[in-house]
Amino acid sequence: MSTDTKGYLDMDLLRFTTAGSVDDGKSTLIGRLLYDCKSIFEDQWEAVEQSSKQRGDENVNLALLTDGLRSEREQGITIDVAYRYFATPKRKFIIADTPGHIQYTRNMVTGASTANLAIILIDARNGVIEQTCRHSFIASLLQIQHIVVCVNKMDLVDWSEDRYNEIVEQYKEFASRLDVPHIDFIPISALLGDNVVDRSKNMDWFKGSPLLYMLETVYIGNEHNHVDARFPVQWVIRPHSDEYHDFRGYAGRVAGGVFKPGDEITVLPSGFQSRIRGVHDIGGDLEEAYAPMSVSLTLEDEIDISRGDMIVKQNNPPESSQQIEAMIVWFSSDASLVERGRYTIRHTTNEAKCLLKEMKYKVDINTLHKIEDDREVRLNDIARVSLQTSAPIHFDRYRRNRATGSFVLVDEQSNNTVAAGMIVG
Amino acid sequence: MSEQKGYQLTHLQQLEAESIFIMREVAAQFGKPALLFSGGKDSIVMVRLAQKAFWPAKLPFPLVHVDTGHNFDETIQFRDDLANDVGAELVVASVQEEIDAGRAKEETGPNPSRNRLQIPALLNAIEKNQYDACLGGARRDEEKARAKERFFSHRNSFGEWDPKNQRPELWNLFNGKMDFGEHFRIFPLSNWTEMDVWQYIKLENIPLPSIYFSHEREFVRRSGVLLGKCEHITLLEGEAWESGNVRCRTVGDMTCTGMVESVANNVDDIIEEVAAARQTERGGRVDDKRSETAMEDRKKEGYF
Ligand SMILES: Nc1nc2c(ncn2[C@@H]2O[C@H](COP(=O)(O)OP(=O)(O)OP(=O)(O)O)[C@@H](O)[C@H]2O)c(=O)[nH]1
Ligand SMILES: [Mg+2]
Repeated sequence: MSTDTKGYLDMDLLRFTTAGSVDDGKSTLIGRLLYDCKSIFEDQWEAVEQSSKQRGDENVNLALLTDGLRSEREQGITIDVAYRYFATPKRKFIIADTPGHIQYTRNMVTGASTANLAIILIDARNGVIEQTCRHSFIASLLQIQHIVVCVNKMDLVDWSEDRYNEIVEQYKEFASRLDVPHIDFIPISALLGDNVVDRSKNMDWFKGSPLLYMLETVYIGNEHNHVDARFPVQWVIRPHSDEYHDFRGYAGRVAGGVFKPGDEITVLPSGFQSRIRGVHDIGGDLEEAYAPMSVSLTLEDEIDISRGDMIVKQNNPPESSQQIEAMIVWFSSDASLVERGRYTIRHTTNEAKCLLKEMKYKVDINTLHKIEDDREVRLNDIARVSLQTSAPIHFDRYRRNRATGSFVLVDEQSNNTVAAGMIVG
Repeated sequence: MSEQKGYQLTHLQQLEAESIFIMREVAAQFGKPALLFSGGKDSIVMVRLAQKAFWPAKLPFPLVHVDTGHNFDETIQFRDDLANDVGAELVVASVQEEIDAGRAKEETGPNPSRNRLQIPALLNAIEKNQYDACLGGARRDEEKARAKERFFSHRNSFGEWDPKNQRPELWNLFNGKMDFGEHFRIFPLSNWTEMDVWQYIKLENIPLPSIYFSHEREFVRRSGVLLGKCEHITLLEGEAWESGNVRCRTVGDMTCTGMVESVANNVDDIIEEVAAARQTERGGRVDDKRSETAMEDRKKEGYF
């Protein structure tokens, strides 16, 4: 890792998540990756050695490096996402190690929602199973552009090339129905470190590169939209000071496109038009702002704007509608999604009431076919729905813009986040 | 911060933009937020980010310091000056008052720590002032329980954290809804590493209290940790005060903040030291070493 400030800032950042079924070896893999990259501190290592000994584990249990909660250690599973940070001379990484247990799918979605790449683990003994499919489909829905499938525990199948190829075929057959442009495969042993950082000596039949090399070199596309100008207003800054008496700044984070002084803009939902006077941050006036910068905008005209409004360019508005078509992942174990059910929808900085008008179909995770006869959407189900909102929502399709195409549903009784939604139209 | 390539932010600029976004969400979503200010480098960076988030207006929340009464003098002076400089309201919740009122009981022993006693002081301050959101400078890279935290972390009406049942948190959509009497802890620096914080301090030229830099001090070595000499620490048999060049990597109570031997007296040297460190920055924190899940246990009860 470069420590001089210029070199440090020039490093790219890759955010990746682990996925796959319970016990497939996700946490062990992350532990191994960190250990072999020498990213474990002495005190962390000693603590993990100590805990492994107390638990009676034969070797140091690498999963304990991320499974930090008491209940996780008691049960030997991951319950919630652990975030880990490390850097090699080539890149900086943010890892989200997510749980494989179906009960905690919502935590897997949490970790995956901000990832550029997903590592999907498969236990070589079991091959592709339902949870592999579910997580892959979720990654695809979230528009993660790159999946690396690690066929793990190769040590338990005699490092068999045939078994590996069989699983690769199995996965490819399923993945042909997914919307993921790049899929790579690596046979590994997370436990022993084969093909994680160093090339495996046990599988010389594998000609590809080890996992770390791949993570260091994969292309990281720009995840932000720099075309459609979208500025959801978060907060209005009124200083009430002598120096800035008339300052009225609209604070927010650019969700798409580029904003410059002089740009002709429209404010939604009011439709009022004006021009940008300035783009500001504490250092002074900026020439432009683009996603995902946090800035404040001032306008030429005094118009009524508040949180939840969206500033856009006049020639390129988003869709504004009270009807939304979306794919959702349902998170609540207490309540199923019901037609005519009422929720609060949070979309950008906006919030409205919404009504579930129609549940169109659920998706069969194994085949990705539509299920039309079972109408009840339960925990971890994925469904296509139509929503009606109490006020217009200003959106783009999720495929075009993650920031303006995503939403969550909040249950008004429990205050819980009960669904993640991706707008399809 | 300037340097960037076309429509591409550096990762430090991305982190800054994310933290500012979170602070503005807090101002917008909650009625009475507060920034928990410890006097450490992370809280100092938080104050800088808050200034950026609301400029040219002042911070829309007070700085709340839970004072154990065992703080380094430098920290207290720095705190008062900073609050004054940024024009923020300063609220001090005192552990001593909790003890005097009989709501908290002093530990005994060779280094009695008031670390845990911060919990009732903090929870009472939250209740008394009806804060509904408390911004904290904790980072996920600090400790394994903190690695599990959400940006918006729900606390029930007893201030408890339920790590087994956290709300999903997707994209940049934060759900701050709750019932009366509950509150949120909010961690805008979640994704920052220790190195990111130091690089930012350097880039932004942020002043820090002098205890972060090498200075000569008397200390005692105890269970692999260096504790600075003060009236609250008594020597055990076989121990003796030594003297040398030391500095703090984190700042907390004098009884639990371990120091490291160091001659780094400027930010560049500290960055070199951080890069070469073989111990985590909390490796010197006696409060974390009390058990395998010491941090989780305290957090469940309402700790920072
Ligand atoms: N033999 C062998 N065992 C492995 C390998 N990788 C992981 N394991 C073992 O598989 C078990 C489960 O590993 P974890 O890393 O906890 O699995 P996980 O995928 O993180 O599980 P969840 O997070 O609960 O979904 C542990 O006992 C590991 O030691 C491997 O490559 N070879
Ligand atoms: Mg795990």
